[in-house]
Amino acid sequence: MKALNKTLLTAAVAAMLSGAALADGISDGKVKIGVMADMGGPFGDLCGRGCVTAVEMAVEDFGGSVAGAPIELVTADDQNKPDLGSAKAREWIESENVDAITGLVNSAVTGAVSQILTDNRKPALIATSASNVFTTSQCSAFNAHWTYDVVALANGTVKPMVSAGKKKWFFITVDYALGHKLEETASDVVAANGGEVVGAVRAPLGTTDFSSYILQAQASGADVVALANTGTDFVNATKTAAEFGLTDMIDLVGLLVFTPDIQALDPAVIGGMKLTTGFYWDYDDATRDWSKRFIERHGRIPSMGQAGAYSVTMNYLKAIEATDTDDGETVMRYLKTHKPDDFFARNAYLRADGRMVHDMYQVRVKKADERRDGNDIFEIENVIAGDQAFAPMLAQCEFN
Amino acid sequence: MFDINIMALSGQLLIGLINGSFYALLSLGLAIIFGLLNIINFTQGAMYMLGAFVAWFGLDLVGLDYWAALVVAPVLVGVVGMLVQRFLLRPIANENHLYSLLLTIGLAMIIQGFFTHLYGSSGLPYAMPEALKGGFRLPFMYLPMYRAWVVVAALVVCFATWWVIEKTRLGAYLRAGTENPQLMQAFGINVPLIVTATFGFGVALAAFAGVMAAPIYSVSPEMGANLLIVVFAIVVIGGMGSIAGAILAGLLMGVIEGLTKYFYPEASSTVIFLVMVLVLMLKPAGLFGKEA
Repeated sequence: MKALNKTLLTAAVAAMLSGAALADGISDGKVKIGVMADMGGPFGDLCGRGCVTAVEMAVEDFGGSVAGAPIELVTADDQNKPDLGSAKAREWIESENVDAITGLVNSAVTGAVSQILTDNRKPALIATSASNVFTTSQCSAFNAHWTYDVVALANGTVKPMVSAGKKKWFFITVDYALGHKLEETASDVVAANGGEVVGAVRAPLGTTDFSSYILQAQASGADVVALANTGTDFVNATKTAAEFGLTDMIDLVGLLVFTPDIQALDPAVIGGMKLTTGFYWDYDDATRDWSKRFIERHGRIPSMGQAGAYSVTMNYLKAIEATDTDDGETVMRYLKTHKPDDFFARNAYLRADGRMVHDMYQVRVKKADERRDGNDIFEIENVIAGDQAFAPMLAQCEFN
Repeated sequence: MFDINIMALSGQLLIGLINGSFYALLSLGLAIIFGLLNIINFTQGAMYMLGAFVAWFGLDLVGLDYWAALVVAPVLVGVVGMLVQRFLLRPIANENHLYSLLLTIGLAMIIQGFFTHLYGSSGLPYAMPEALKGGFRLPFMYLPMYRAWVVVAALVVCFATWWVIEKTRLGAYLRAGTENPQLMQAFGINVPLIVTATFGFGVALAAFAGVMAAPIYSVSPEMGANLLIVVFAIVVIGGMGSIAGAILAGLLMGVIEGLTKYFYPEASSTVIFLVMVLVLMLKPAGLFGKEA
């Protein structure tokens, strides 16, 4: 009898405690999401105003309110400056009661912002950053790294090529943290699969003319030349490689390529290149339906970052609806225990370290005569299961 | 690092000369505007970008091919330049040089921002003209036909410009008109018209370079901003205002940058500025400039 009483008491206390948690409900009576990205600079097309559109669509599709509270959006241009991004994040949290921040492109900005979010126990819904530090050296219980990372791209692109006998690799690397990271990650995959790196050059960011590096790559005897750069650097290097006939004899691959970069190149130059992406608008009916709505509003096909921004926002709102609170810890726990499933997140789950593991796509860029129109750019060659693409979880990053 | 391979080195030297001729074309426009008009024109990068965009508009919207763009873009952008000179720069022509410098910086940012707003930052595709596809297999490298064309076209335009300004009667009027406007006016020469036309011509050179760049470099709103600072350094090295100096310094810096890309690529974006500092310390008027 005594034991039973004790159990009842425990249950009552537990109920009270969880009731207290529920009573927290929605802080300040509304859910406020911040969208932070480079809006008009070099990464503006990867996320930018398109991410704002995508998040707006998610809020509208959700009905404008969650758990009885209205949803509000605020946006900011971080200009790729970590100090600017963290100042804005602090202002949002401290004086505007922002509950979560999404967008997040430049990895340096994301690092600074996610630190502040973690300190305030609020989720960082990372839609576009490439670096894998957010689930390794800078991992946090409040990070949800949604779309892709450098490891998944390297595994997707490099592994099949090395396995198919393209053993010798040469890197043209943009000379700052991002390029070094891309080169290092891809080199690891090359070595792990029995290939070798025969050379690398470090080109300064914003190099206009890559012909000197293309000549060096041609002379290196490599089977594959990998571009460990992105944006304008990638575009310039690819144009020059085609012009100097490199691509007639050697495979050229991009390690971090977004759809706007593909569309900035003539099909004669980029057609045939293989790469890996976290999303392609023309994959199936579900991706097409959403993408058509996006194109109507934004005018361009969604990049993987923009599709990811929609998906992560939608799932964040679903978690609030289900748990009846915008408490960061509760929401993160819900996200990690309930698999996301939408047009973007396929066979997906948010791992305990904050890595959203989902299907990735190996694609080949279509040549001019294969394209229906300017938006018909990829042929999907292979779907890679998330567990094959993303790196395994580190023990010290296992949060519950 | 120094196991020099003659074949590879020859390739890099040639590449350097090609890029140098491109630099020469860009710095020439700046040098003319500075040397003859005393205006430090920061819109030159934006005008280069406009040239490339006119080429893209032409090809994409009205079926104007590359060859036509080589003529149309400089003319259109030249007209834009003349309007800028007539309505924005002329009213402040008698003020300190800083005024025109600041005005052109602001204008360049507005133009660039406007295009980023309209077309995004990623850039637009531009196909290589059919006639210039392919290349020559030299003993030490593959030389794309287009690069050979760039060298020839750039050098011809540079030399012709130098010749007109330094060796013809028209050039003499031009130089005299900026040296002593009152006197030239008294001789019945319309100096303000000459000034406007000169600015238009300098800007047109940038647009011409922009069209030349479209098939080989990214066509994006930021393409000019990236190059402009380098080109300014080249003009300083050549000697502010020296026409021949700008051309020769362009070629020389192309080669130096090319060799840096071979021996120590990390420094390739700084080497030109290093040379600039050295030149300013040892010969402040520039390699070919007249001592003030």
